[in-house]
Formats: sequence, C-alpha cells, structure tokens
Amino acid sequence: MSPLLDVQGLTKRFGGLTANANIAFDVNEGEIVGIIGPNGAGKSTLFDLITGFQSPNAGRALLDGRDITGLRPDRIGRLGLARTFQKLKPFVDLTVTENVMVGALAHTPVLKTAREQALESLAFVDLLDKRNHFARELSTGQRKRLELARALAMSPRLILMDEVTGGVDQRSVAGLVALVRELKQRGVTIVMIEHNMQVIMRLADRILALHAGRRIAFGAPDEVRSDAAVVDAYLGTIDHAA
Amino acid sequence: MSRELILQAVISGLLMGLIYALVAVGLTLIFGLMEIVNFAHGEFLMLAMFTAFWFWALAGLDPVVSLPFVVVLLALAGILAHFGIIRRLLKAPMLAQVCGTFGLGIALRAAAQFLWTPDFRTVTNPAMAGRVQIGSIFIGQPQLITGGVCLLSFAALWWFVTRTETGLGLQATAQDRQAAAVMGIPTERMFALGWAIGMGCVGIAGTMLSTFYYIFPDVGTNFALLAFVAVALGGFGSIAGSLLAGLLIGLVESLGGLLLDPSYKTLIVFALYLAVVIFRPQGLFGRF
Amino acid sequence: MSSSRTDILKSALAESLWPRPPLWVGAFGAAALALLLAYPFIFTTPFAHHLMILILLYALMAQSWNVVAGFSGQISLGQAIFFGIGAYSSTVLFAKYGITPWAGLMVGMLLSALAAVAIGVPTLRLRGHYFAIATLLIGSSVQIVFQRWDWVGAASGLYVPIERASPWFYLQFHTSKVPYYYVALGAVAAGYFAVWKLRRSRLGFRLQAMRDDPDAAASLGIAIARHKVLAFMISAAMMSVAGTFYAQYVLVLDPERLFSAEISIIVLLMTVLGGSGTLWGPALGAAILVPLSEYSRIWFGGTGRTIDLILYGILILLVCMWRPSGILSLLEERIRRRAEIP
Repeated sequence: MSPLLDVQGLTKRFGGLTANANIAFDVNEGEIVGIIGPNGAGKSTLFDLITGFQSPNAGRALLDGRDITGLRPDRIGRLGLARTFQKLKPFVDLTVTENVMVGALAHTPVLKTAREQALESLAFVDLLDKRNHFARELSTGQRKRLELARALAMSPRLILMDEVTGGVDQRSVAGLVALVRELKQRGVTIVMIEHNMQVIMRLADRILALHAGRRIAFGAPDEVRSDAAVVDAYLGTIDHAA
Repeated sequence: MSRELILQAVISGLLMGLIYALVAVGLTLIFGLMEIVNFAHGEFLMLAMFTAFWFWALAGLDPVVSLPFVVVLLALAGILAHFGIIRRLLKAPMLAQVCGTFGLGIALRAAAQFLWTPDFRTVTNPAMAGRVQIGSIFIGQPQLITGGVCLLSFAALWWFVTRTETGLGLQATAQDRQAAAVMGIPTERMFALGWAIGMGCVGIAGTMLSTFYYIFPDVGTNFALLAFVAVALGGFGSIAGSLLAGLLIGLVESLGGLLLDPSYKTLIVFALYLAVVIFRPQGLFGRF
Repeated sequence: MSSSRTDILKSALAESLWPRPPLWVGAFGAAALALLLAYPFIFTTPFAHHLMILILLYALMAQSWNVVAGFSGQISLGQAIFFGIGAYSSTVLFAKYGITPWAGLMVGMLLSALAAVAIGVPTLRLRGHYFAIATLLIGSSVQIVFQRWDWVGAASGLYVPIERASPWFYLQFHTSKVPYYYVALGAVAAGYFAVWKLRRSRLGFRLQAMRDDPDAAASLGIAIARHKVLAFMISAAMMSVAGTFYAQYVLVLDPERLFSAEISIIVLLMTVLGGSGTLWGPALGAAILVPLSEYSRIWFGGTGRTIDLILYGILILLVCMWRPSGILSLLEERIRRRAEIP
C-alpha cells in the first residue's frame, strides 16, 4: 500500500542557511508520525514546504500519490491536507463557531451543514461552552483546541499539527493526548511536531528526528530513542519531561 | 534637446532628489523601528516649512538662522506625537494605524488651512538667494546649498546610527526589539528618539525648502507621496536606500518632465513605485 | 462523548444559525425605516432633501469601502477611482450616444469591476501598507489621466446634457429633489441588502477569515488572491453606482473633484468611525459626518470646509486610538455573542 504522504528529498535554503536538507520520510494511512528535533532543526519549515507556504529548492511531496509540490496552500487544503500553526492563528473577529465553520466550508457550501459540523468539531475538542465567544477572548489552551477543531472541520485525510501541546499546562496535555488518540481511532492520519517527549513516545507509531535541517533518524519510537545520533544531538536522557 | 538642457535637468533633479531623500529617511526610520507608516508625514513637512516661514515673517529670522530652532521644534513635535498618539496606535490593528496617522494628517492640514488660509507664501529674499553658474549651467543658490545641507545631514545621520552607542541602540531595536530590551536598551525611548530624529530631518528639509519653494497647506501631500515611493524603492528601514532612492526619483521626475509632458512626470514616478513593489518588494536594501 | 457534552451539543444545534437581535433593535429599525420613507414629506425644504441625499450617497460609498476593507481587510485608499469611472461612464454614454443613464449605470459597474481587476491583480498581493500606498498613487494617476484626456473633456470636465422631458428615463429631476431622494434610498437599500446577504454567505465568511488571518484562511482552502480581487470588484461596483448617481444629481463632472483623494479618504473615515466590519457602521458614520460637514460650512462660512476636516481628522484619530473597531462594534459584538444587552 502506498503511503498517504510521501516526502522525497525536500530541501530549502534561505541564502546561506539550509533550513531543510534532503528530508525524506513517509506516512501511512491511519498512523501517527511524530517529528522531533531541537529548536531550529527545521521542523516548521518542513511543514511550510509540505503545505505550500514555502516552495522547496529541491525535492517533492506526494499526497496519496499526487504531486503537491509547489501547489498553493488553499489547493493543498482542498485536497484533504489540514494543518495547525505553531504561532496560533485564530480569526479574532469571528466567534468560535464561525471560526470552525470556515473550516467546514472548505468542503460544504451549505451554511447550515457547516455549522452543524462546526459544532460537532467543537464538541470533540470540548470547546462547546465557548462557542459564542469571540476567538480573541480565548486562552492559549483554548486557542490551541480551536485551531485543532477548525482544521478537523475540514474532514481532512491528513492533519499536520505543529506543537499542539506547546504552552499548555500539564493537566490539559493529558486531554490533548486523549484527543489525538481518538482522532486516530476515527481514521485521521496525523503528523505531529512535538517537544514533549513523553507525549510523542506514547502517541507516535513512527518518529522522524531532525537536527540542523537533516534527518538523523526515522523509525519506531524505541529505535529512535536509542539511536546514537538522536541521543547525542537532542535527547540527553528521555526520562526528563521536555 | 541640448546637452546643457539635459545636464541642467539632471543636476536640478539630483538636488531635488536629496530633499526627497531627507524627507524619506524620517519615514523609513520610523517604519524600521516600529513598523508604522506615518501617513501624516507630509503634514509634518508642511508644518516645518510654515514654522520657518513664520520665523522669517514675524521675527525676521532668515531660514538659515532659524534652522536649528525649527529642527528642535519638529523633534519635540515628533516626541509629542509618539507619546501622545503613536504609542496607543502601536497596539491597534493595522487598519487603525493607517487610519489614525491619516486622520492626524488631515486634521493638521485642515488646521493649517484654517489658521493660515490656502494662500501660497514665499520667503522673499532669503540670505542665500542668487544663482551660481558652472559652465553654461545655472543653479539656484538656495537649491545648491540645500543639496549640501541634505548631504551633510545624511552624513551626520549615518555617523550617528553607526558610530554612536545610542545609534547602535536604534539599530538593535529596529532589528529585534525584544532582544534589545533584554540587553537593556529601552524600547520606548528608542521609539521616541526615532520620531525625534525623523521629524528633525523633516525640519531640516522643510526649512531648506522654504528658501525657494512655495509654502501652502497642501504642500506636504506630494512630497509625502514621493517619499513613500522613495522608501519603497530604497527599502523600508534602510537609510542608504532612502538616499539612493530619493536621488533616483528626483532624477526620474526631472528627466521625465523634460523628455515627456511635464504633467506626466508624476505618473512616471508612480509607475516606478508599482514596478518596484511588484518585482522587487524589498526595494534596494530593505528587509521585507 | 460524555452525556453532558451531548446535551450541550444538542442544544447548540437547536440554536438558530443567526443570532437574533434584541427586540429594541427591531423596533428601532422599523421606526427608522418609516422615518426614511416619509422623510421628504416631514422635512420639506430643499436643503433637508439635499442633506439626506448626501447622507444616503455617502452611506453607499462608505459601505463600498467597508466591503473591501472592513470585511475583507484590504485597505484601499483609492475608492474615488471607481466613483469617477461610474460618473464618467454613464455621462459619456449619455452625452455622446444618448444612452439612458440606467444602462450607463450598468456599464459603469462593469468597467469599474474590470478596473478593480486590472488594479487589484498586481497590487493586492502586496502587504497592507504597500497596497494602501499603491491605491493612493494609482488614484492620483487616474486623476491626472482624466484631467488630460480630451475625449472626456480633460480638465474642464463634462456636462450632463439637460433633459426636462421623461425625467425617469434620463434620471434627471428638475422640479424637485424628492425623486432623487427615493432613487438614492433605493440604491442604498439594494446595496445594504447585498452586503447583509454577503455577510451571511460562504463568501462572506471566507472574506472575513481572510481579513483576520490570510495564512490560516489559505490553509483552510480559501484562494486568497482570488478572494481579494473579488472583494475589490464588489466594492468597485458599489462605488460606481454612487458615481453615476452623483453625476445625474449635480449634472456636471469635474475630474479634480470626482477622483479626489478627499473622497477616498472620507469613505474610510465614515466607516471607521461608525464601525468597520459592521453592517450599519458606514451608515452611522455618514449620518454623523455629512451633517457635521454641511452645518460647519453654514456656520463658519468660507472656512467651514476646513473646520469639518479638522473635526473629522481629530475624530478619526481618537477613534483609532481608543476604539479602532468603531462605534457600532460594541453593539454588534453583543448581538453576535448572544449576550444580554442592558
């Protein structure tokens, strides 16, 4: 079975700096792939390359066999690839429900249907009680969930999550982990950038480790955690929470 | 089309371009520091010109003499503008920033018209009046001296920003204000300083302009538009860029007026702006 | 899902799609509508008619800016371009070819929409400030072009040929301003209805999303460039209608006035004051600033023109400093949040 997402040799240079060098990995349908790496390793750039916010200098990305390299972000979104952003981007002058409706409107033109889907998505991330508030009134943790609900309302086949537990308090982390697990159960394929080692080790089926723009390991969590290069570059000892 | 005529146009264009550059550098400094485009910039220039005019009309001070006073007054106005208005606008969305400085400009322009009528004024018989002849080229002495003053101002500004500690603080704040603040460089003060210097430059430009240009409430509008072009062309935030861009615009405007219909020279400059922002958005030296 | 969550979900789904405004808003609206319909017969002086016609005209123009900026986030400082195109299109067609201004209205809208595409495609990809400046410069350029274009009268402008017969065909009324009033009212009603519908449409949601965060909007499948141009086209068409109406009202075209930056700026001021991004903000802004302008002209005579501008400028500055979303935003927010209004 061919992978849902196939990344082949993606490279991005900014002047003298190489943000991504020849990154290659694949994601099978229904699995969770985690991406780890120290700050500046090029993780968010990789997401930008895959989702069309930046164009690569070399390499390509295939979504279900279809070359999506260099396509505009909205085109890629309509093809079923959703993403969240590390720097949260809520639609501040829209209500929470309206925010998520924008996501649902990606695949349905009917407002009523979009609203129903939006509310279901909000129920899933447990944000229903804030549904009529404006997005600017939400806390960081709530904004994270809003961002997730909005991306999910697109009914994507694949979702790229950028630091979903970043800046969130410990209690909420457990809730987010449960959310991700449930998403997987529903058949959504997930690629997630994470700093929290405990989270990623528990959730991911496979892990891609980046360092200074290069892939240094890719495989099952146990393999990656004991990989010499990974330990050397990043982990130290993984018994510490990140 | 004689060679003399073209040379004349080139020189007067470059001299005018120096003024555009000096006006633009204030705009670019402010944007480089706090990412606000001052849509009232032209009105501050107009105020500088009127201030020089009234020093002359009421106190008999030649613009050369009142220059330092105008500069100080404008710098103070800049600081006042920052603490009174801009500081609040910084927290508002971009629409509010554009509209806010726009509103300020409108109020200033209308106030000038109300207080001083739309009549054109001139400083007659300034100390530097006269013409200089180089070969077969005639250059007005005010324009020549103005060019010199502008160049000196640029040199002084360059020296200040690159060689003094405060100037380096300005650069640091422009590049990364949080990092600069962590290192002990007070952001608010740098912002105010930016406004003071920017308006000081406008003060110099305005005073020099008053020696040979008509002074009236709407005079700032066209200079502001050309300054916007200069800033975009030179690169938002770049001092050297403002200088080169100002010179280029002065040149294009002058030659365009000579070779084509004079009323089209503004169109040519605007076409230049569009070409720049579309094909090279960061301008000559800017960070986008 | 927990049962309490399903309960909340059920009740949320049962809520209507659109929040219902409180009763007093409805009552206020009905009263305002009645007043507007009967206005010319309550206030019978020509000046009262003229004042209201101006308010309606500006309410339409301000709404056009609201569409492209308040709803879609593109700060255009060149709306006068389309105002002028509308005025010139209908007038040229009528003066030179005898075509009724109603048809000229349509042509003007089409030409303005095309102009919006021509201007928008290269400039809308620019970041906010750059685009704003570009529209300023293009507006200035268009003014210069029309001032030198002999076929449309160059700097002397054009006169709309006077026709005293068939006033409705020629859209000229010489005995009374009252028909002008109802035409303007009709135009405003149509325009505001269109915007009301737009707000409640998929397109409207997408435009607002684009305004609030273009990157997020793109990631959700919204083609940003296309939507920017679309918003610009709609606002251009609205502005054009106002231009045609204005031409038929004053019967003389002066390129310096029609394409002036002042018009571009005033529509911005009105919307920001009244509430950018709200439906009625532009109307409120027009209702405040037009009388301010007209009365200061009366009270202060010749200098009246500048006093109202001084006040405009200060007002806008204050609004931007303290309440950038405008006067009506507070009210609208509470309605949309379905909160209780005291």
